[in-house]
Amino acid sequence: MSKDTLNKANFFSDMKKFMPLLKNLVSKDFKIKYRRSVLGVAWSVLNPLFTMLVITTVFGKLLKIEVDNFATYYIVGFAIWNFFSEATSSSLSSILSSAALIKKVYIPKYIFPLEKCLFSLVNFFFTLIAVVIVMLFQGFVPSITTILFPIPVIYCFVFVCGVSLFLSAATVYFRDIQHLYGVLLTILMYLTPIIYPLEILKDYKLVLRIVELNPITHYVEYFRGLVMYNHIPGLKENLICAGMAIGVFLIGALVFKKAQRKFILHI
Amino acid sequence: MINENAVELRNVEMHFNMSKEKLESLKEYFLKLVKRQLHYEDFVAVNDVSFDIKKGDVFGIVGLNGCGKSTTLKIISGILEPTKGTVKTYGTIAPLIELGAGFDMDLTARENIYLNGSVLGYSKKFIDEKFQDIVDFSEMHEFLDVPMKNYSSGMVARIAFAIATVTTPDILIVDEILAVGDFLFQQKCEERINSMINDDTTVIIVSHSIEQIERLCKHCVWLEKGKIKMIGDALEVCDAYKNSQR
Repeated sequence: MSKDTLNKANFFSDMKKFMPLLKNLVSKDFKIKYRRSVLGVAWSVLNPLFTMLVITTVFGKLLKIEVDNFATYYIVGFAIWNFFSEATSSSLSSILSSAALIKKVYIPKYIFPLEKCLFSLVNFFFTLIAVVIVMLFQGFVPSITTILFPIPVIYCFVFVCGVSLFLSAATVYFRDIQHLYGVLLTILMYLTPIIYPLEILKDYKLVLRIVELNPITHYVEYFRGLVMYNHIPGLKENLICAGMAIGVFLIGALVFKKAQRKFILHI
Repeated sequence: MINENAVELRNVEMHFNMSKEKLESLKEYFLKLVKRQLHYEDFVAVNDVSFDIKKGDVFGIVGLNGCGKSTTLKIISGILEPTKGTVKTYGTIAPLIELGAGFDMDLTARENIYLNGSVLGYSKKFIDEKFQDIVDFSEMHEFLDVPMKNYSSGMVARIAFAIATVTTPDILIVDEILAVGDFLFQQKCEERINSMINDDTTVIIVSHSIEQIERLCKHCVWLEKGKIKMIGDALEVCDAYKNSQR
């Protein structure tokens, strides 16, 4: 067997060889996250519930946002948003924090951001339990279209991977991103219809346009449409969602691929 | 034609940018970019090195600190990509460069064996089969379910060595690792390396212990300031190296 160590052509054999590593890293993160906490994994369900309680009190009761079933409305959007924000902000520093490993053993580097995305996806499924609890509590009957929910999740996952690859590579060269990203996330969160419905923006054309350019808006609305409004998005909406996801993924992957050769000199 | 070589290095050069100030913020970067103050000092860690290592050879690399030994090893194991030149390796590589890199100290030894195994690219099934061997070799039976942060460095090294050498790789890279562990364990490690050598594994060793190189190696290269000073029979090279230090 002849193998050129530095050849990218063995991408797929690498992928196969390091699948167990990906799995082990996800389960490692999971174990470490809940080790020694009394409630353990229940926190993954409780956290979104508590956040939901706070938000519904502030925005539903005090600021009086007019949406039917606000608690459900919020937590459905929150689930997608939380997946995005958790995955991207943890993969941001994934390359840096794996420096010890990267310097000593040959491992395909995309494993690290990808692992964080997968870990967040696992957490997302726990958040879904919270979503179901809130729905039952509000006496909300999920629509039959709910069974299609993996579709927007897949779009969102591809999108998240793209963003994560880009961010993790960029952070190696510019550490400032670590500090900047928190602010960016806050801005992005308010540019996503999670705590408000899109309709309240109808008088602010410019803001509405920006919000509609935000890919996460589309994933949130898609997911919500399926779960809450018995609405299956048409071909156009699907093309927009898939196009944004694939576009961002390709950009992220390209940047990562170009940057990764020099990671080791900067970490 | 059967290829006789396990590793082929051709005119390998490795340059590092030694920027005087480490730029780690965007603002700094753009300021310097605008002022055209982005100076880099080129540092050549490995300069035009070419050699072949035959299959089944035991190959030593000697030289003073900072002569490019570890860089060369990292290039061979694929961690670093050379700036110029080509590296070809034939077969699977098991790197023993600074043991324990793949450990998470919050996990128990049992969990770490699986984690580190997968870092080296072993499948779960394979580790299941070899688990007992690993534990037996490391002699850490009682401490398997203790978090590794409570281990001493010698104990960590035992586990790490046991995992890394559980397969018989085509090429084994050994970097200064035999210095840890008590003398009994060091003997055990050398025995394991010797048995691998008999199994036709190509072994590449970096060590400051000339005696170890003389004892284990057949061929040897002596690097000085990133260049090959001498290459050939291990005893001759070691003699020359020792004499030059006096």
